[in-house]
Amino acid sequence: MGKIKFAVVVFPGTNCDMDCHYVVKEVLGEDADYVWHTQEDLSPYHCIILPGGFSYGDYLRTGAIAKLSPVMESVRKEAEKGKLVIGICNGFQILVEAGLLPGALLKNTKLRFLCKFVYLRLDNNDTPFTHLYKKGEVLRMPIAHFEGRYFAPPEVLDTLERNGQVVLRYSSSEGELVEGVNPNGSLNFIAGIVNEKRNVFGLMPHPERCSEKILSSDDGYRIFKSMAEWARTHLKEL
Amino acid sequence: MKVKVYIRLKEGVLDVQGQVVLRALRNLGFEEVEEVRIGKLIEMELSDGDRERVKEMCERMLANPVVEDYEIVIEDGKD
Repeated sequence: MGKIKFAVVVFPGTNCDMDCHYVVKEVLGEDADYVWHTQEDLSPYHCIILPGGFSYGDYLRTGAIAKLSPVMESVRKEAEKGKLVIGICNGFQILVEAGLLPGALLKNTKLRFLCKFVYLRLDNNDTPFTHLYKKGEVLRMPIAHFEGRYFAPPEVLDTLERNGQVVLRYSSSEGELVEGVNPNGSLNFIAGIVNEKRNVFGLMPHPERCSEKILSSDDGYRIFKSMAEWARTHLKEL
Repeated sequence: MKVKVYIRLKEGVLDVQGQVVLRALRNLGFEEVEEVRIGKLIEMELSDGDRERVKEMCERMLANPVVEDYEIVIEDGKD
């Protein structure tokens, strides 16, 4: 197969689209297109990225208006077909609002916008997004959000844990889940989850901001690389 | 018709804004305040409609049923 085609969805207020596009095209060497939120057909793409930002000004709730955009219907359709969908930060908030991932993202417990590097423990490497990592590997990635406190009712949380759907957790540099390492008060230290089928991934940290050594960490690069490699072996030519 | 929709975080969901305001009120000397919960009030003017339509608005957009409860108050018009 030739190059893997990534769609980078742009809503009014998205601001991490160029970083994602750059990583896919220049760092990874695959194909990327910007796709406006009014687009109704995403079938020409293998992978869909919902980047970070402040879609629709985060009015009402984060992601609440974006989930109703025409493009989200096609995101849902392609996800059902087994294509890969990744939501980063605001993209994760949109995915939970749209019901493509369970739970909700609430205001950080300390009511502050957090913009810093954190350590994350990778708890599941058996997904299309993480197969190039080792299980238990500790990653260093930046976060930048006000509403990142993952919440889900107890029964949903149990299901996520039982199915291994929790992919990333905030941790110490040694991978321990201890006091002081959970920046936003997320339940079970959750920083990223996949759906049951494992083809939809949402995470609060920004892998596109740490995909090259010059940015002090390239721990995010293998997420995009994993997606492209998986798509090459599992998805059909378009 | 005039409609008010009150949106509140579900019981059991930590309301960090409410907690900060509670602490601030107590620091101001209002020690009698025992709990504060902060929600949203949405006021709408509708040309027509009924409670069912407003409920649909709440379910599909105005509230997030995972973490929020909503209450619909119809001030005039049919209910």
